Amino acid sequence: MRDRGWILLGLALFIALVTFPLWYNTALGVAPKQLQLEKAKGEACVYETAYMRQHHMDVLMEWREQVVRRGNHLVKVGGKTYEMSLTKTCLDCHRSKERFCDRCHDYAAVTPYCWDCHVSPEEAPVVAARARTADER
Amino acid sequence: MSVVLALVAVCVLAALGYAGGQVEGWRWIFGAVLPYLGIALFLGGIVYRVARWASSPVPFRITTTTGQQRSLPWIRQAKLDNPFTPAQTFGRMLLEVLLFRSLFRNSKFELRAGPRLVYGEEKWLWLAAMAFHWSFLVVFLRHLRFFLDPVPAWVAALQSIDGFLQIGAPEILWTGLILPAALLYLLARRLFQAEIRYISLFADYFALCLLLGLAGSGVLMRYFTKTDIIAVKQLAIGIVTFSPVVPASLSGLFFVHLFLLTVLLAYFPFSKLAHMPGIFLSPTRNLPNNNRAHRHVNPWNYPVKVHTYEEWEEEFHDKIVAAGLPLDKE
Amino acid sequence: MAETTPKLDELVQIDYRPPETPWMDTPVEFRRGTFCYSAAAKNLEYLGFPNPRDWQPSDEDWKLPENWREIILKAMEDRLKKFRSFRLFMDICVRCGACADKCHFYIGSGDPKNMPVLRAELIRSVYRRYFTRAGKMFGRLAGARDLTIDVLKEWFYYFYQCTECRRCSVFCPYGIDQAEITMIGRELLNEVGVNINWAVEPAANCFRTGNHLGVQPHGFKDSIDFAVDELEEITGVRVEVPIMKKGAEVLFIMPSADYFASPHYYTLLGYFLLFHHIGLDFTVSAYASEGGNFGLFISHEMMKRLNDKMYREAKRLGVKWILGGECGHMWRVVHQYMDTMNGPADFLEVPKSPITGTVFDHARSTKMVHICEFTADLIRHGKLKLDPSRNDHWNVTFHDSCNPSRAMGLLEEPRYILKTVCNHFHEMPENTIREQTFCCGSGAGLGTDENLEMRLRGGFPRANAVKYVHEKHGVNVLSCICAIDKATLPPLLEYFVPGVEVAGIHEFVGNALVMEGERERDTDLRGTPLVKAAQAEGDKEEPAHA
Repeated sequence: MRDRGWILLGLALFIALVTFPLWYNTALGVAPKQLQLEKAKGEACVYETAYMRQHHMDVLMEWREQVVRRGNHLVKVGGKTYEMSLTKTCLDCHRSKERFCDRCHDYAAVTPYCWDCHVSPEEAPVVAARARTADER
Repeated sequence: MSVVLALVAVCVLAALGYAGGQVEGWRWIFGAVLPYLGIALFLGGIVYRVARWASSPVPFRITTTTGQQRSLPWIRQAKLDNPFTPAQTFGRMLLEVLLFRSLFRNSKFELRAGPRLVYGEEKWLWLAAMAFHWSFLVVFLRHLRFFLDPVPAWVAALQSIDGFLQIGAPEILWTGLILPAALLYLLARRLFQAEIRYISLFADYFALCLLLGLAGSGVLMRYFTKTDIIAVKQLAIGIVTFSPVVPASLSGLFFVHLFLLTVLLAYFPFSKLAHMPGIFLSPTRNLPNNNRAHRHVNPWNYPVKVHTYEEWEEEFHDKIVAAGLPLDKE
Repeated sequence: MAETTPKLDELVQIDYRPPETPWMDTPVEFRRGTFCYSAAAKNLEYLGFPNPRDWQPSDEDWKLPENWREIILKAMEDRLKKFRSFRLFMDICVRCGACADKCHFYIGSGDPKNMPVLRAELIRSVYRRYFTRAGKMFGRLAGARDLTIDVLKEWFYYFYQCTECRRCSVFCPYGIDQAEITMIGRELLNEVGVNINWAVEPAANCFRTGNHLGVQPHGFKDSIDFAVDELEEITGVRVEVPIMKKGAEVLFIMPSADYFASPHYYTLLGYFLLFHHIGLDFTVSAYASEGGNFGLFISHEMMKRLNDKMYREAKRLGVKWILGGECGHMWRVVHQYMDTMNGPADFLEVPKSPITGTVFDHARSTKMVHICEFTADLIRHGKLKLDPSRNDHWNVTFHDSCNPSRAMGLLEEPRYILKTVCNHFHEMPENTIREQTFCCGSGAGLGTDENLEMRLRGGFPRANAVKYVHEKHGVNVLSCICAIDKATLPPLLEYFVPGVEVAGIHEFVGNALVMEGERERDTDLRGTPLVKAAQAEGDKEEPAHA
């Protein structure tokens, strides 16, 4: 008794499963892509782009900590002073959540919870503006 | 001794992986060439291994029965522990493969004064094994987000089920804790239980250390050092679409992670880790206990020298006659 | 008990701490009482086995053929190609240790090489060295080692300290079965003439005379006649036991100890009463006069050579099907090997009970039914007239024999019978019965006196469980359905739990059977006075004395 049929079937199934990404991407015609992010409005980011790519979530978490828990609103980086605000600072340059943030997040299936509270000025300008005025008052 | 050696071996491998990410000419090798080699060895190795097992027949149906057989209709058969039909056997295998049924039976004994032997439950090994294997599977599937574009909803869903605590970004995943913890338990068991330490070989420690290194570098990367995951995905997709790229922004730790994975892939089929495909072929588990109802055929069954009745009667002829027993040839 | 046998309190001083030296550097020591003697040259010669000579395991020189290593390695390669089980079990163990403390020999001896995982590593290490690339390249680092004479001696010592009971296989997450590894390990040793007499001599006897004990046709007839006479004395009923009757419906095959040893003999009496009670048209054979098969403990080939007699005789006698007696390893062979080796038995019919009409569909290919299946069916259909009170002086527990439980799953049938024919029945603790049952410690050819210390150690877990029910419930008899059990449990219990006897299931059936035309019984089949008979003196049953 060798059960060749069953063993072959099992192996085939195993290989099909393991090489699933190959079939999936081939079927969809996927290739490694350079993500097209919308050009930011400002000259330079708070920190260097390469650093931001890996650590922007760390920066945002730190800002939250400073603003919400400690009441500090301003930060000085390289001689420039910034207000630690996602909406007012980050999103001021990166106007569109959809064409900036989501590009990468969707690509890598990252679902940050920023947007549970914050809104993007592009996608919801009125709400964003109201938030801003409320803030100023 | 073996454990130190294994630890050193994995550290050397990790260092090699790190170096692979730093030296310009090596990045392509460690980021593309070796991963392909690893995948090829993994797939080819498993096919080779299984084919080799399959090349030996199963001459006898040697099911280990762990419950009541099917005999008389009014006696309740233990269908999953002592299967009679292929469907029941399939059920038994499912239990073994998915829930580690046999390991669940594990017990321990203690010799007390008297002398008295007492037996107790011992579920830790089962629990750790389940925790490790299932977390590994979830981690493996979660990683598909780097290999598939767009990411299918079920991968995202799996990730959000796995995530349990958002005290920052990124959210903390269950498996990221369970996997290393289970591995550490399995390692501790080998180190501190005298009889398990006695039976442990270099290979046992090496596999655990390698997996710990792999899991550790992953956890470190996700929660602490961070890496450019867009670059990671570009590399991953590049590999599975046969258009490899090694982006410049990949961190050193990522190369450690990738190289340990490469080593694991290559090592897997040629080591004890081959128990993964092996379990499916285990003749004491994957055969129904229906020997007396269905004849099992042994392909190499050969005639043997026997003592026939005629020879027997000839040898004992006089005694048979004296005892008044019937003879075959009168 | 042999002089060298340690006292109970010495024996149970078991040190479970492994030695300081790694196992590969700890050579085996042949200590008296813990190994079996070599097979006598005449037996090897008779069976045509290689290298017959005079030697003992404790000798320095085992007088092996010059090229013994090549012989073993060649045989190993052959077995790797023939048995997927062997190849797989060599490859996939992860040394998780779940099996480690499941072996009765480990529990009883504390010797780490009796952990099934390590017993298997003894041969796995050699497999790696000669049959895997890693082993060839990295040697010891890959868990590989050379096949040396010390390794061979270690194999012998530990493969004959395994009773092929399969308990480890129940717990192994991959179903690795040490019994399979031991069987193949013994086959390899056999190739260079390294075997034990207690396995080979019964095989040689069986090959020649038809049974392990070497009982010849006239001796067989005498034993049967004696049993018939004795039954008449006890019950007043003269039963008939046809020997080699052509055209009988059923060929009954029992282990030879049943008609030649005690307490097996009382089981034999039980069988014969039962067959008479139901009027079964059966016959026994002096040629196929052995249910057991010590070939199982030597090699697959020897197993087949001995097993051949069963179908051959059934065919010659023209019976319809075969009924098998109470024997453990016999049923491993009958259930898992016979049909494959010596079938198909297309000259027989699908077994059908002539009394109840039940078709034993689960045995439709092999055409052999276990007597417990047969009797349970009779009881279920109310075909037996029983008086269980005749077993009232027995407080019974049941020892599942390794093979019927783990290589067959015959668990409920004997219990059903026992609970019907006895009024007092108590189970031993859960971890020691059914599929988790503990071996008697003497199976697989190890039941010899020179090996007594090891047998006692191996039997310790079983005896300990018996002791528990003996003390808790007053159990005074351990019932079982295995001839090796019946031979080796009595000295084991005498050592650990004096006062508990050993009996077969059909002894109790025989006690309880109310035979037509019988006289009132004063004793049971083994001559123990009945409780009822003793009480009846002043009871209403005999008002004349009142």
